[in-house]
Amino acid sequence: MLRKLLIGTALATSFAFSAHAADVKEVQMLHWWTSGGEAAALNVLKQDLSKEGYAWKDVPVAGGGGDAAMTALKAMVAAGNYPTASQMLGYTVLDYAAAGVMGDLTETAKKEGWDKSVPAALQKFSVYDGKWVAAPVNVHSVNWLWINKAVMDKIGGTEPKTFDDFVALLDKAKAAGVIPLALGGQNWQEATMFDSVVLSTGGPEFYKKAFNDLDEESLKSDTMKKSFDNLAKLVTYVDPNFSGRDWNLATAMVIKGDALVQVMGDWAKGEFHAANKTPGTDFLCYRFPGTDGSVIYNSDMFGMFNVPDDRKAAQVALATATLSKSFQSAFNVVKGSVPARTDVPDTDFDACGKKGIADLKKANEGGTLFGSLAQGYGAPPAVANAYKDVVSKFVHGQIKTSDEAVTELVKAIDDAK
Amino acid sequence: MSTVAETRIKLTPEHDARPGASVRSRLQDLLPKIVLAPSFAATIVFVYGFILWTIYLSFTNSKTFPSYDITGARAYQRLWRWTFESDPPSSWYTSITNMGIFGFLYIGICLALGLFLAILLDQKIRGEGVLRPIYLYPMALSFIVTGVAWKWFLDPGLGLEQTLHQWGWTSFHFDWIKNKDFVIYTVVIAGVWQASGFIMAMFLAGLRGIDGEIMKAAQIDGASTFQLYRRIVIPLLRPVFLSAFIVLAHLAIKSYDLVVALTSGGPGGSAWLPSNFMYEFTFKRNEMAVGSASAVIMLMTLTAIIVPYLYSELREKPR
Repeated sequence: MLRKLLIGTALATSFAFSAHAADVKEVQMLHWWTSGGEAAALNVLKQDLSKEGYAWKDVPVAGGGGDAAMTALKAMVAAGNYPTASQMLGYTVLDYAAAGVMGDLTETAKKEGWDKSVPAALQKFSVYDGKWVAAPVNVHSVNWLWINKAVMDKIGGTEPKTFDDFVALLDKAKAAGVIPLALGGQNWQEATMFDSVVLSTGGPEFYKKAFNDLDEESLKSDTMKKSFDNLAKLVTYVDPNFSGRDWNLATAMVIKGDALVQVMGDWAKGEFHAANKTPGTDFLCYRFPGTDGSVIYNSDMFGMFNVPDDRKAAQVALATATLSKSFQSAFNVVKGSVPARTDVPDTDFDACGKKGIADLKKANEGGTLFGSLAQGYGAPPAVANAYKDVVSKFVHGQIKTSDEAVTELVKAIDDAK
Repeated sequence: MSTVAETRIKLTPEHDARPGASVRSRLQDLLPKIVLAPSFAATIVFVYGFILWTIYLSFTNSKTFPSYDITGARAYQRLWRWTFESDPPSSWYTSITNMGIFGFLYIGICLALGLFLAILLDQKIRGEGVLRPIYLYPMALSFIVTGVAWKWFLDPGLGLEQTLHQWGWTSFHFDWIKNKDFVIYTVVIAGVWQASGFIMAMFLAGLRGIDGEIMKAAQIDGASTFQLYRRIVIPLLRPVFLSAFIVLAHLAIKSYDLVVALTSGGPGGSAWLPSNFMYEFTFKRNEMAVGSASAVIMLMTLTAIIVPYLYSELREKPR
């Protein structure tokens, strides 16, 4: 019995060793891009890698969504079992880098010229302590309006250039009997919209100070109060049933023409595409009024872990392929985002994508590219979630006035720092 | 187990010096212990070990990852401060008041409804065999399924309200699931729907266990049906009440998934229970110390309920 057990253990160990030796030509990837379009986009990367002889292995995650994946990743890293790379967002990369488990891609970065091609704002999250630890895959931006063109034509609206224009447009829609604003009443959607409202109300400087530097004076300023008042104004244009709605259902309301406009990040474009709608003829994409020239971004990154030497070659191949121009173009055309490097040709993109690429370039050069606080690129998760709490409580009435909201915001952010 | 071992020793005569037999009998004595050892060790490590670990973490400043430097009770101080922030409500205040409302109503209504249904089913009615599983069946569903089904049913744009509007009752209005002040009651509705059938089954078993002679004696003494139940049956069901209470109490305190599936946290986080708070802070906000502290408080609360129960149970044994 005992001997059997011993032999069994020995066999298992030798299997483990042989499996380890075979790892070299394999990329282990933890991600949650499993839905149709995203999975198709990722297939491009798989094919690129298999051309170079690297097999692709998904690290399975039970349950969808990023939360489950992050919990799984935490357990894997705690057990010392690093994947080659993992899909990661913002401050998570820095947390893991601070814990000393990330790899070093600086050599590859130098060779490929990432320092120049990747926007500086993104490098804040992909470079830790002078070392490249992650490969950004895309840049999403959240300050967009998505408008149903048929409804827009019916009510005779034009592109709103200021917040007041926007309110006038919403009034027109209300008068015509359509739901003016499609919103999903979940805290991240409300806060994502509020990011744009703050940028529009206070301007780029103010947004940066308040939501990236967390400057207390700005957070409790009259401008912030005005921003909350503007948010309250917008919330009067949603339908009564908005609370708890998923973002894609809100997008569907715009697609079907039940609602005029949704304020959402450019992942909403994927829904329009899935419904076979064309920008310009079926739907319109404008920057949130008063935010033209600035971009509030978030970005998906592939965090690269400190894997054993025999798996490093595969990691470098993955990183190189991820930031190659061909993949950046092919992937982002499908995903709805724009490439994470500014030197990718925009020929394959649709009108909204072309505008997104041009805006990103302009914002990068003009220093108006800011991390979205709601999406976890403005401050660490504790602060970002405290912020979402306050915005959501304001929208749903637990916090009643903008004065109170500002006080709560300062307190909550202070508490979470 | 110990009695078995003792008898074995007596059964094995001491002058029996054959080594093979004594090894075998000793092995037989040890067998139950050996078989139980893995699960015992697993329980020690994975339940009690991790309870201690969580308590330890709650006194550190752990953020994304566990950190092992004790930094004092800051997490508890924050929770304590949040306990009294009622306007606007802090997430912790919402969580614990919701726990109070949900726990009280869920346990109360389940007990009352379960008992009522059990008494009705106990009237020797026809078709009991069909009715009983119908009531019991919801318990076979997971909280997630219950939550999603009720979410659709209660959604004003999809379920009950919409249907009644289509049938012509357009003034009907029921939007609790979208209302920050009432959303917790929808969690109670879904929870009661799921668990009351199971509680009914427990009470039914209790009722069947009551000696018919006592009932007959009471009827001969002229007790009305109401008096019969009020004075005799319900007092006799006391142990069932206790077991049902414990089952419901632990279901109530861990009904995280029901809240998530039914309300995804409710408008502005108004449907949170402490378990949601714990998960949110530990895994989403990277405030592991605060999450651990809230878990410890949940454990304390549960202990405060379970220990008196165990005490009363153990005290009654010798009688």
